[in-house]
Amino acid sequence: MTTTAENDLVGRGNREGASLFREWFSELDQGAKEGQAAAYVFVMGSFNEILKSFDLPVVFPEINSLQTAVRRVAHEYLEEAEDHGYSPDICGYVKADIGTQLRGGEHPMGQIPKPSIAVLTNACNTYLKWAEAWERMYEMPVVTLDIPGNRSANNASAPGSVDFQNDVRYVEAQIRELIAVCEKVTGKKFDIDKLREVMGNVNSLSSSWQKLLDLNKHRPSVFNALTDGTIYLGVANGLRGDARAASYFSDLVEEMEYKVANDIGTMNEEDWRLCFVGVPCYPIFRRFNEMFSEWKGTFVHSTYLWFASGGSNLGYQYDLANPIASLAEGNLISVRDAMDSMFHHDQVVEKMMDGFGIDGIVYHPIKSCRTVSTGLADGRRALAERTGIPSLFIESDMMDQRVVSEAQMKNRADAFFEGLIARRNQQLISQ
Amino acid sequence: MAYAAGVDVGSTQTKAVVINEDREIVATCLIDTGANVTQAAENAFRQCIETANILEEEVEWVIGTGYGRYKVTFGNAQVTEISCHGRGAAHIFPNTRTVLDMGGQDTKAIRLSANGEIADFCMNDKCAAGTGRFLGASASALDIPLDDLGPTALQSQNPVQISTTCTVFAESEILSWLGKGKKVQDILWGVHESISKRSMGLLRRVGIEEEITFTGGVSRNTAMVKSLEKALGCKLNISDQCHFAGALGAALFALDHIQASRLPQSKVEEATS
Repeated sequence: MTTTAENDLVGRGNREGASLFREWFSELDQGAKEGQAAAYVFVMGSFNEILKSFDLPVVFPEINSLQTAVRRVAHEYLEEAEDHGYSPDICGYVKADIGTQLRGGEHPMGQIPKPSIAVLTNACNTYLKWAEAWERMYEMPVVTLDIPGNRSANNASAPGSVDFQNDVRYVEAQIRELIAVCEKVTGKKFDIDKLREVMGNVNSLSSSWQKLLDLNKHRPSVFNALTDGTIYLGVANGLRGDARAASYFSDLVEEMEYKVANDIGTMNEEDWRLCFVGVPCYPIFRRFNEMFSEWKGTFVHSTYLWFASGGSNLGYQYDLANPIASLAEGNLISVRDAMDSMFHHDQVVEKMMDGFGIDGIVYHPIKSCRTVSTGLADGRRALAERTGIPSLFIESDMMDQRVVSEAQMKNRADAFFEGLIARRNQQLISQ
Repeated sequence: MAYAAGVDVGSTQTKAVVINEDREIVATCLIDTGANVTQAAENAFRQCIETANILEEEVEWVIGTGYGRYKVTFGNAQVTEISCHGRGAAHIFPNTRTVLDMGGQDTKAIRLSANGEIADFCMNDKCAAGTGRFLGASASALDIPLDDLGPTALQSQNPVQISTTCTVFAESEILSWLGKGKKVQDILWGVHESISKRSMGLLRRVGIEEEITFTGGVSRNTAMVKSLEKALGCKLNISDQCHFAGALGAALFALDHIQASRLPQSKVEEATS
């Protein structure tokens, strides 16, 4: 029997997350109609902290694009961009955004404001060319922050080392350049105390995000890393640095702690604990998850909740006494971690499995993005050799319904579970 | 004596197999799938029990497999053709570690563990390149019956290289080779080599381990076998039963079910607790 408190608490995160998400888009819609300035940013190194300290509304074109897929209108936007000359073979996020721009910002979530500035990092090679398209369309400033990656696989400059300090200073100098551009775009003077306030909110969000991920080690898992996790990601990115997000994530942790304490899982029966690697299949978002939940499988973890969380997975805490240097250090660590989550995913996934009781891994390479998909097959093989963990490899796309073959995907998912069941039965027999 | 059956409804052909409790095949049936998938499944099953000379009631459990497995409405359960081909191949050739199944629109590479479980699998994606359909398109472009493709290709002396992997474009490439005066057998061998290369890619992705068993409808094509053996550098396991490996695997899973259902409940609980 459920109590009133439980009814209020369980599911609150999804309800309020969806509501905050709509609120964010409603604010963007309002701003667009009033012709306000807006900053275009990306999930891997958004520098929301600086932009929000200038009260610049942030637009995440990646999120706008995936929303067109979730709302099943992506094809209209993709085709519009393709008619304009963009190749069917390039990133679907880019094309859906170009389609949005060609429609003057018309989007199923509301009007999207035009960019007054775009801020990006080198975490994704497509970001660079994407921003150049806006630059040509709107003749606005584009600030690209070059975040030093690892010198070679598994060879990051370690905190405390000379290399690391040099890397931090390099990023810090670029942040100061960004501040100067923001002053010019907004006509406002930079306010370091406002930055501290925003960074304080990010500290709270990051701390909660890390706790949240950890709480899903519980059996049964308390949230689905693919479906619920994507709702959380929307708030974590769009409202990063906002007091509403800090409060939301603190409440979310409360909800998940309650579920852990009372053994309330996301499924009535949880037979298989899975880890998702890649970007979700947004054109059939719910159906994709059902292919696994039908077999009582649930996603307890996902690399997406790492590389698309703006570095929150690390729980990094900014030093508010020294905000700009600390912002540089935090972004150096988090953007580098996001790149590693894509390029050295086998090592990342191995770390992620620790304590989560993962039964299998689902790799979802996507046609749209060679950056996250290249090397997945090799990484998968390397991980299987080291750990023996079973895995499923299904390719589709995060945007383009034309390359999503549901029947083929289901067939593979079914075969994967048949294999898991046979393996478990064999283990039982050999015991 | 109880019997178990497997019905494999593929994109081109439907196969049915009935086995007895000793895991011996008592009858097989092969028909074209056509437009009515449910009817094809039912016809194949009925013909099979007629050949076996048994009553329908004697078949205690039927498993459907293949893309049309959910259309096997009289079946008791469904298992994917990936699991079924693995199981069937391991039954026909017990030392099988790798299976290559080439059907009408699917090519599957399956790696099996030492105890016959599926360790990994890989399939062609959203494209019929490297499948039986590619051979079908070539046969149609050259106006040759499907069954003659292999023997004709084996006569090749001076093979051409087919560069396209697209089933649709294959036809125009074949016509362009004909226009250049190339012999039919040389073009056909090129077609087989092209499919063989695609299959090698899938096999490498799952890891090639001997013995390798070739299943599915295309396993009857002698030129395909020769081309694959050349690419692999080893002999393939082939038998007349390989065409029925999916249906056979389904029948074996069905028999597992029959035998498990006869176990005392205490034994089942012990095994699963």
